[in-house]
Amino acid sequence: MLERLRHGDVGQLAPKIVAGALVAFAILYVVVITQPPPEIGNGGWRNTTFGSAIHDPGSFLQILLDAITFAGLLFIVASGFSLIFGLMRVVNMAHGSFYLLAGYIAYEIQQQMTGEGFAIAGTDVNTWEWVLPMLVAAGCVAVVGLLVQQLLLSWNQGQDLRQALITIAVSVIIADQVIAHFPRTGVFQAGGGNAVSMTWPGWTERRVDLELWGVQYSLARLAMLALGVAVGIALWLWLYRTKTGMVIRAGVDDQQMTASLGINIHRTFAIAFVVGAALAAMGGTVGASQGVVGSGQDTQWLLNSLVVVIVGGMGSLLGAAAGSVLYALVLTFSAAYLPLSATQYSIVLTFGLLAFVLAFRPQGLFGRAG
Amino acid sequence: MKWIGRLTPKTLVERVIGAAVLILVAAGPAIFNDYWVNTILTQTFLFGIAAASLIFLFAYGGMISLAQTALMGIGAYMLGNMVTQGIPGGETKGLTLGWDPTVALVVAILGTTAIGLVFGAVASRSIGIYFLMLTLTYGVIANYFFGQVTQFGGFSPIAGINQYTPGFVGDLVGHPDKLYYIALGTAVVVYVLIRYVARTPFGLSLQGVRDDPVRMSSLGYAVPLHRTLAFGFSAFIASLAGILLVWWDGQIAPGNIGLGATIELLVICVIGGLARVEGAWLGAFTFIVINNYVRDVELPVVGGSFNTIIGLIFLVIVILSPDGLMGLWDRLWRSLGLGGGGTSDVAPAVQIAPEASSP
Repeated sequence: MLERLRHGDVGQLAPKIVAGALVAFAILYVVVITQPPPEIGNGGWRNTTFGSAIHDPGSFLQILLDAITFAGLLFIVASGFSLIFGLMRVVNMAHGSFYLLAGYIAYEIQQQMTGEGFAIAGTDVNTWEWVLPMLVAAGCVAVVGLLVQQLLLSWNQGQDLRQALITIAVSVIIADQVIAHFPRTGVFQAGGGNAVSMTWPGWTERRVDLELWGVQYSLARLAMLALGVAVGIALWLWLYRTKTGMVIRAGVDDQQMTASLGINIHRTFAIAFVVGAALAAMGGTVGASQGVVGSGQDTQWLLNSLVVVIVGGMGSLLGAAAGSVLYALVLTFSAAYLPLSATQYSIVLTFGLLAFVLAFRPQGLFGRAG
Repeated sequence: MKWIGRLTPKTLVERVIGAAVLILVAAGPAIFNDYWVNTILTQTFLFGIAAASLIFLFAYGGMISLAQTALMGIGAYMLGNMVTQGIPGGETKGLTLGWDPTVALVVAILGTTAIGLVFGAVASRSIGIYFLMLTLTYGVIANYFFGQVTQFGGFSPIAGINQYTPGFVGDLVGHPDKLYYIALGTAVVVYVLIRYVARTPFGLSLQGVRDDPVRMSSLGYAVPLHRTLAFGFSAFIASLAGILLVWWDGQIAPGNIGLGATIELLVICVIGGLARVEGAWLGAFTFIVINNYVRDVELPVVGGSFNTIIGLIFLVIVILSPDGLMGLWDRLWRSLGLGGGGTSDVAPAVQIAPEASSP
């Protein structure tokens, strides 16, 4: 959780250098290296698989905003993962399953509230009909998280591999139970999957004119970014300005010492796990609203959380934010700027990002050594 | 017969059981029915090899790798892409290079080992839980890679790979017994090889790296290099399992190397016991028998399918006996007061649940 940049030795400068190099290369790539978009095809920016930032700055801004707003969602989910890991050294392999479960719970509740079928028009959903499903889903998943923590993890604190295996077992069970029970309304898509989609509140369903290179941008995606920033600020205030947060930070630094000062560290563990699970749930709701939620996304979001915290550094709030932004930039820009024939290789760039960061910083950009 | 006197009773019993099992499976096709020979036992051998690659890394290197399924899949995909010949009408996926199967076999094994070395080099400075997370990331990335890159396969499987086998292997489709013996032979070779490597200077210093990397480093050993080489060796073993898998199944698809398959391999290892190489085949056998006979059971009350059952079994094992069936066996002997720690080469420090838990 701690930002470790105040101490100014060379090792502490490495994250800045690495992050700077990554950003510099990304900018160089999109500004200089890529070719201008082909003249054929219509004007939709999604069709420009080639594109240079100078040739078409509007499209560049769109992609940049896509990346930054996606980073907001990544941060919501990954900060929960990072919080649990930072304090308890528990790699919660069920984090993606929490995301999945929450997406379905929120979807079911929104369906109940609006009483409509699969595709709800955004105009029929008011803010309350989005916020309440999110809160209920977060509450349900927080209870699941509390049960997992209390029943399965609290008695074997410190055995980190065993705890990882236990949460893997939990994720297998949740994934199978989700397939068995959701969605209840029997909506199955043509592909045979069980993917469903929530609906953002109606007022977000418009485009904001940024008055810059003629870009109109989706308000829902900006809301996603705002939620990510709000979660970040709330977490920062909680960790750095409240007594519980102080105890958590003390626990991150030295568990035994904190416990021996008479602080109930086990209660703190439970709180952190519940908050982490609730963040996964919030992410699940946002993700289900922005895209779809369906079986298999638990893997996707476990991967996302892992990449973000491996790149950013375990247990660091700043690291989770930096990791989210870097990973989102790599994903979004590789999908948009790689030549058409190579777009499918974009997943390799994720590995490249990991390898690049770990080569310089085995503990991640803002992680603690050892 | 002087060497018998040097063995503990436990080791003696284990060797007798091991020899008996070997004789039994060597006579397998004469004893068991076709289903057991061609499905359960052949699968046991090949998934046991994959599990052994994971257990080798944990027992001697202290690393839990979740990338072994992916490495197995990389070997299988390489072979599939190189040996298959495009059927007019585009029925076969992948590159369909149509290479000579023997060449393809060698290239697939070497290629997977090389990729394993790259993976290992990137992960070599991460330990414990970080290593587990990083290798899981490799696994998921490999899965998405083969799912997305249509040139190498794409979403649907590369099929019919077992029609193209090297001359010295011959026709496997018509003679499944042959594959049975190949898998059995490979399993025995892999077991002996792992036990041998563990006793070489490299194996011994690897165990030193497992127990105290800082001390090994200050003694002048290249700790990341040892981890990288160990990972490369385990990738080599995993590639053998991958090749046997496509010879047995005939096809390879992204689903074979997904998170589900990764977890299944981990379940196999945990059931068998992560601390001992023998546990790989014991776990594979137990898992595959459960898999074959419990697959269609619907769970009462909670609902769900086979995966819920496997998840629950996994949970119970990790909670009750984190070192699996081999661990139970070792503990049985310890409680009898015979044989002590037995042949377990693993220091308590790297077991999943150390007796004295340290926070």
